Amino acid sequence: MNKPLRRIAIFCGLLVFALLLRDNWIQYVQADELKNHDKNRRVLIARYGQPRGNIIVDGQPITGSVETNGTDFKYKRTYKNGPMWAPVTGFASQAYDANQIEKLEDQILTGNDDRLFFNRTIDMITGKKQKGGDVITTLNGKAQKAAFEGLGDKKGAVAALDPRTGKILALASTPSYDPSKFAGASKKDEEAYNALKPDVDKDDPMLNRALRQTYPPGSTFKVVTAAAALENGKYTDIDGPTDSPDPWKLPLSTQPLPNEGDIPCKNASLRQALRFSCNTVFGKLGDDLGKDKMLEEAEKFGFNEEVFTPVRADASIYPEKMDQPGNAMSAIGQFDNRATPLQMAMVAAAVANDGKLMKPYMIDSLRAPNLNTIEQTDPEEMSQPLSSENAQKLQSMMETVVKEGTGTSAQIPGVTVGGKTGTAQHGVANSKNPYAWFISYAKGDDGSPVAVAVVIEGSDTLRGDIAGGKLAAPIAKSVMQAVLETASDK
Amino acid sequence: MSSSTTNTTTISTAGPPSRRNTELAMLVFAVIIPVFAYANAGLALSDEMPSGMLSYGIGLGLLAAVGHLVVRKFAPYADPLMLPIATLLNGLGLVLIWRLDQSKRLAQRAENAGQVFAASAPNQLIYSALGVALFVGVLILLKDHRLLQRYTYISMVVALILLILPVFFPPRFGARIWISIGSFSIQPGEFAKIIIAVFFSGYLMVKRDALALASRRFMGLYLPRGRDLGPILVVWGMSILILVFETDLGTSLLFFGLFVVMLYVATERTSWIVFGLLMSAVGAVGVATFEPHVQQRVDAWLDPFAAFKTGGSDQIAQAMMAFGSGGVFGTGLGQGNSDLIGFAANSDFILATVGEELGLAGTMAILLLYGLIVERGVRTALAARDPFGKLLAIGLSAAFAIQVFVVAGGVMGLIPLTGMTMPFIAQGGSSVIANWALVAILIKVSDTARRPAPTPAPTTDAEMTQVVRP
Repeated sequence: MNKPLRRIAIFCGLLVFALLLRDNWIQYVQADELKNHDKNRRVLIARYGQPRGNIIVDGQPITGSVETNGTDFKYKRTYKNGPMWAPVTGFASQAYDANQIEKLEDQILTGNDDRLFFNRTIDMITGKKQKGGDVITTLNGKAQKAAFEGLGDKKGAVAALDPRTGKILALASTPSYDPSKFAGASKKDEEAYNALKPDVDKDDPMLNRALRQTYPPGSTFKVVTAAAALENGKYTDIDGPTDSPDPWKLPLSTQPLPNEGDIPCKNASLRQALRFSCNTVFGKLGDDLGKDKMLEEAEKFGFNEEVFTPVRADASIYPEKMDQPGNAMSAIGQFDNRATPLQMAMVAAAVANDGKLMKPYMIDSLRAPNLNTIEQTDPEEMSQPLSSENAQKLQSMMETVVKEGTGTSAQIPGVTVGGKTGTAQHGVANSKNPYAWFISYAKGDDGSPVAVAVVIEGSDTLRGDIAGGKLAAPIAKSVMQAVLETASDK
Repeated sequence: MSSSTTNTTTISTAGPPSRRNTELAMLVFAVIIPVFAYANAGLALSDEMPSGMLSYGIGLGLLAAVGHLVVRKFAPYADPLMLPIATLLNGLGLVLIWRLDQSKRLAQRAENAGQVFAASAPNQLIYSALGVALFVGVLILLKDHRLLQRYTYISMVVALILLILPVFFPPRFGARIWISIGSFSIQPGEFAKIIIAVFFSGYLMVKRDALALASRRFMGLYLPRGRDLGPILVVWGMSILILVFETDLGTSLLFFGLFVVMLYVATERTSWIVFGLLMSAVGAVGVATFEPHVQQRVDAWLDPFAAFKTGGSDQIAQAMMAFGSGGVFGTGLGQGNSDLIGFAANSDFILATVGEELGLAGTMAILLLYGLIVERGVRTALAARDPFGKLLAIGLSAAFAIQVFVVAGGVMGLIPLTGMTMPFIAQGGSSVIANWALVAILIKVSDTARRPAPTPAPTTDAEMTQVVRP
């Protein structure tokens, strides 16, 4: 009987061998995948097992951690002035995962990042608990406050950039939410979270309007059209007359493109056209340049591409496929043309920075618990949508808008301000409240420290370009003032 | 022996050394390692030495000492590895169960379900003591394993009764595999595996020639006569049927494997393997088509993480994540979160705790310990001199190996989960007691196998015997 016994011995050996192989497969080969599986609660347990690192603005944390007595999670996230900072921080909830910076920089904040390995090892040897690192943002607290308070109870968003570097200075979105309300995993947190869902709260407070919502940019897009005209040599003299009949019929149509109100647009110069926001002049400009050139210029400004700040911003759209009248309408920021507030701030920033568009970013550096910097973001040039010379011409045009055009309410005494208003029609046959836009920049001796875009989803029935000037421009002004003040403090 | 010059037997009297002192030395480790593990888990969980440490150490030490002394006295030539490995696994199992007893999460879970959370480790310690008592009982009362041959047909009846009984008791966790009297309950399947091995050994020893030779050749297979195969088929078929109705898949698989292995060893005919595999394929497909329980388990095996989308049990997924999170070296005892698996964390899924807290290294060590027990069992079968002992030893070893494979494979997602317990480690009275009995029988067989042949009778009439020879 020994021969079959030996075979059975081999069979038993194979059974054990199969188990060993399988064990190596799941505990060595697949280990990382299983360890970081999004259903693996240990990720959350680790995330809240020690105080999380903080998100820092102006050297002060805008987040915190508080000890709780839960079975799974020892610490809970807290937020200072949560609603104001929510579009920047995102949330970190024991029950509902995390998003935006809280999610993207989770490894640093929990201290699990590979770059913190050395710190962890030292802590382990000295018996200290693991600590998370900090995320230092580029934001400006005063500008953020001005933006958030300026928006008030209106629905809208503000994005502000430093045109010279691309640093994001303000990112506000209203109505907002307080991420502290559902940072835990209790019944109360669940209720708070469910109340924020878009199908419960129609205002969708968790939508980050500054980055994730696209609006028709309206007349603010005329800045891009003007840039395309200058860049393509269609007109070189901004004060010379243009070939612009008034009324001007849309191509392939008998429909005239109307101007808002009774304004002098016939053969108006580019400066005057921008000052009065002439639809006829810019509509015809877009048509004369053609769709391809318009598309090319829009894409140089960053349209049709997502931006990672590192928080993702939706791609703004200049449609690639449309007919001739569609292109003419898009040239004045209507039709299917859409932009995020961040995108329009980038347009203003590129003009203000003499034509050079810097890549927007909101994380300045990552810091280890021992305060060593482990990563520093360097400003990066994204594109050059227009030449320095043309940019200065466009600046001059935008400054006229603020000095004596539709944007006078953005004037700051003693400071050069350029801007453009916009009111975007919205809804079928312009039936809904329009969006009020304002994009602007302020300029000092050493270039422009701030460019800002403000959008307000129609808070009242004001029509016409005056809406952007009346509703949005004062907010832009206070944001610019806040930035200028902090700059002069330094 | 000075008289060996006149020895005419073919068996040498110079048998293998008894190795009892080796066993003692190993037992010391088998007690010390779990005691350290206990201290480790206690320190990790509450930053202080666990209060029961001294009594635990003494308790485990006493069990080991009693086991060792009885082996020394009643099975002096037994294999020296089996008792230490069983002690070590049992001791580590106790630590793991104690560690899961401290889980706030499991306590919370029981509270949410309206139950009182009771610590399992004290019960497990009592069961371990009972197991060692049965181990001692078997060693003392079973003078020779061949005595079991007498009970071939009685074991058949007992096994069938044990298997049928749970049908009359209410199911727990979806399986009717318990007999409960008051608060006391046993899982007869664990004992049935030993008793069925006894029956198969006794029956096959008698019938093996008939089974192997008196058969007709049919399509390249040797088909035995019905009257030889009948009783085995009846026992096997009934156990499978009953177990299917009790939805205890693991035990059905175990019995089937046992059946094929023993038949193959007894008849030495490979065609039995083919025959067995065919039957198992037919059985598996048949059961899977009408048993939704089985289908669920196969689905859960194919995609463990689907449970998060479709509802259902996420135990396999949780176990996989526990293994993955443990990685190569593990989190350390008491520092994992394997209690996320839920109510079966300390029984069916206890290997996941090993995986998470002791890592790949620890899990492989545990699997190798099981492999070693099986290896000693197979070695015993090879060394045994009587066919009954050979069959019994290989049957028990194979049953042990298959059980370990089915449970560990199920928990690690290698095969569909079938619901059995890791021998010695998992919480569960019947399992611990039955496996101690199994080890006792193996030790008894190995004692007989390794025992040196008795000294030949005085050789004064050796020449006379030779004269008689033709």
